Amino acid sequence: MVFVDSYPKTSKLVRSEFLVAFVALGIGALFGVVQALHRTGVFRGFVSSADYYTILTGHGVLLALVFTTFFIAGLFTWAVANSLERELPQRIAWSAFWIMLTGTVLAAVSIIGGLVGAPSILGHDLKADVLFTFYAPMKAHPAFYIGAALIIVGSWVAGLAYFKSLWEWRSENPDERIPLQTFMVLTTMLMWYVSTIGVAVEVVAFLIPWSLGLIQNVDPLLTRTLFWYFGHPVVYFWLMPAYLVWYTILPKLAGGRLFSDPLARVVFVAFLLLSTPVGFHHQYTDPGIPSGYKFIAMTNTMFLLLPSLLTAFTVVASVEHGARQRGAKGYLSWLRNLPWGKPAFAGCMLAGLMFAAGGFSGMINAGMNINYLIHNTIWVPGHFHLTVGTAFALTAMAISYWLVPQITGKKLRQRSIATLQPYVWFVGMAVMSNAMHRAGLAGIPRRTAEPTYDEFAFEGVAGTVGEMRIQIAIGGFLLFVGAAMFLIVMADTLLARRGGTLSVNSNIPEPLSGADHSPRILDNYKLWTAIALLLIVIAYGPPLASMVADGLFAPGSPPIPV
Amino acid sequence: MQVHRFEKVWLGAAILLIVGFIATIAYGSVGVGVGMVDDSGGQISAEEVQNGNTDTPFDDPGVVKTGDDKYTVYVVARQFQFVPGSGDNPIQVPAGANVTFRVTSADVVHGFSVVETNINTMVIPGQVSEVSARFNEPGTYGLICHEYCGAAHHTMGGSVEVVPPEEYDMQQENIDQSADDAQAQEEADQ
Ligand code: HEM
Ligand SMILES: [Cu+2]
Ligand SMILES: [Cu+2]
Repeated sequence: MVFVDSYPKTSKLVRSEFLVAFVALGIGALFGVVQALHRTGVFRGFVSSADYYTILTGHGVLLALVFTTFFIAGLFTWAVANSLERELPQRIAWSAFWIMLTGTVLAAVSIIGGLVGAPSILGHDLKADVLFTFYAPMKAHPAFYIGAALIIVGSWVAGLAYFKSLWEWRSENPDERIPLQTFMVLTTMLMWYVSTIGVAVEVVAFLIPWSLGLIQNVDPLLTRTLFWYFGHPVVYFWLMPAYLVWYTILPKLAGGRLFSDPLARVVFVAFLLLSTPVGFHHQYTDPGIPSGYKFIAMTNTMFLLLPSLLTAFTVVASVEHGARQRGAKGYLSWLRNLPWGKPAFAGCMLAGLMFAAGGFSGMINAGMNINYLIHNTIWVPGHFHLTVGTAFALTAMAISYWLVPQITGKKLRQRSIATLQPYVWFVGMAVMSNAMHRAGLAGIPRRTAEPTYDEFAFEGVAGTVGEMRIQIAIGGFLLFVGAAMFLIVMADTLLARRGGTLSVNSNIPEPLSGADHSPRILDNYKLWTAIALLLIVIAYGPPLASMVADGLFAPGSPPIPV
Repeated sequence: MQVHRFEKVWLGAAILLIVGFIATIAYGSVGVGVGMVDDSGGQISAEEVQNGNTDTPFDDPGVVKTGDDKYTVYVVARQFQFVPGSGDNPIQVPAGANVTFRVTSADVVHGFSVVETNINTMVIPGQVSEVSARFNEPGTYGLICHEYCGAAHHTMGGSVEVVPPEEYDMQQENIDQSADDAQAQEEADQ
């Protein structure tokens, strides 16, 4: 039976969540190409260089916060309903949706205010040119912080709906193992609860009252540290849903089944444990933090490579198994027996391949002292467009080709555009990202409308600066085309009439080595959450204690408009 | 739990790789001595930096000679310039000397990065970033603010001029000389 017919209410929820995500993706991609053309000097006619930062704030917030969170909510909603075989608790799940949407609208309106002359609303200039990291003491309109907080709170409520489903299911199935997809969703949500505490405290206890004038000062180093307490695990909040797809759906698309259920559980538990006590690796170059804490964060970060390296093995092994089921032979020639013409499969595989490249540049970032060479250069966006911008985003687009038909009952339209789309994204990203990495090595900064200076000129280390600019512009344009192709396929599919039978379904084949082989202790959430919290106390307790020892708001900074 | 033989091999190799990374980085820190920015710079009131009443060299930032071949450079970062550093006020230091940069902010978060070198630190209001370096080659190095700090962030750059030591000493003497002359002139005027 088609998913939408089995679970019509949950399908409607998933559709709504995807719709918001797709709109955010469209606007974000438009802003992205504006940036790529502007900062390279290829075309600066869209916005002034002062407004560049408004656009950049919109790009970061819409893509890294809104697109991701809504898409993940949709995917998780589907995964829980599918694997627990029940509709989600509707009241809770819809409240989550509306809270997140309200937050999105508040944040979006305050950002757009910056483009229309920042009118005064409720005694504050309506603008939020603070980028998606909103470092104090730059101040945005209070609505921006409230909006960001609501998006997070909404995601917490969504998590409640997943847990409630588990408890209902558990009362009917007291002895069964938690199905793998639900296990992955809940482990991710636990990691998310633990890690969002940082940004929630930052925004609710400090930035909202400060932007409203209720408190005079905040400590910029403390608020930054709270942000990065959340800022690294958030990347795993993006990645773990992609892993869910690669572990549970991709093997099926390849014609096989997952290699090992136990190993998949181990990997997710490792993320729960290690994702948070690493945030100082974003503050390697911050003053005011003793280097010992940076060293601890570096060590934890390196160990966090382990679950991703294990994933690489399991995913490749599962896909190879699929190819062999389709009759492949030989050490490498099995690669030819895979459905490269199916956009869902091809997109996930290309996303995984780019993630491997992103992993390597990430290891450089994580290298405490090598980091000095590239910190805050455009190398860094070069890196994360491979990870969140492709490993997550391309997987999300690819799996939509497979999932949207099932939550609508409509066959995928515009198949030829869909077939080509992952390749367009891949090529665009390869062109943009390689040039960003090399430009970063030449010292060219990120977050800069016109990276050219009166006092000196940059020199390329590998290739010329001019050639890198052209590649960033062309790559950015191709990516925009790739996003547009995806949205055309989605719009045409969503607007089409229902008819015919679908060629896809949500049945997930049993892994080769099933849940029976994995120790029950892996499903002990209380234990893992307790250990995760303990590791955080060790990594963050002493530095946070010393930061607040001289007063919560000292050394203090009053709000400074931008 | 059953773990496939290939999985075990892969797991072993992965752990080896990770331990190798940590070892090289530890060697870089301890053996080669690539220092980290840390809390050694201490704290300062951003408001006093803004008003110029910190009673530290930040009130009149610039290069201070602290010993034989030892210099400390005090830099204030503010929207949208480095003092000294930006425009026609470059930071001047002699080649081969031990230079310590002490950088702080008068307003928002900035960056302080000398292009293509390891000198790269955040500048956070309330904190002083301390970075040590030695420039062996004379020449002009680019200086940029690499953290978004407001609408004209992209104009916030500057330069570090590394001059041969003899030339540097001569220049300094000239500056001192002209300061002395000016003072003598002033006294004569009175
Ligand atoms: C059409 C596709 C895209 C293009 C052309 C594009 C282009 C760019 C460029 C040129 C920058 C650097 C701007 C600067 O530092 O001055 C940037 C930053 C960024 N992009 Fe994208 N991007 C695209 C898609 C995405 C996607 C899919 C995501 C995430 C899901 C993403 C997330 C980000 C983030 C978080 C930043 C950093 C913002 C900041 O520094 O505050 N981008 N993008
Ligand atoms: Cu990180
Ligand atoms: Cu700046």
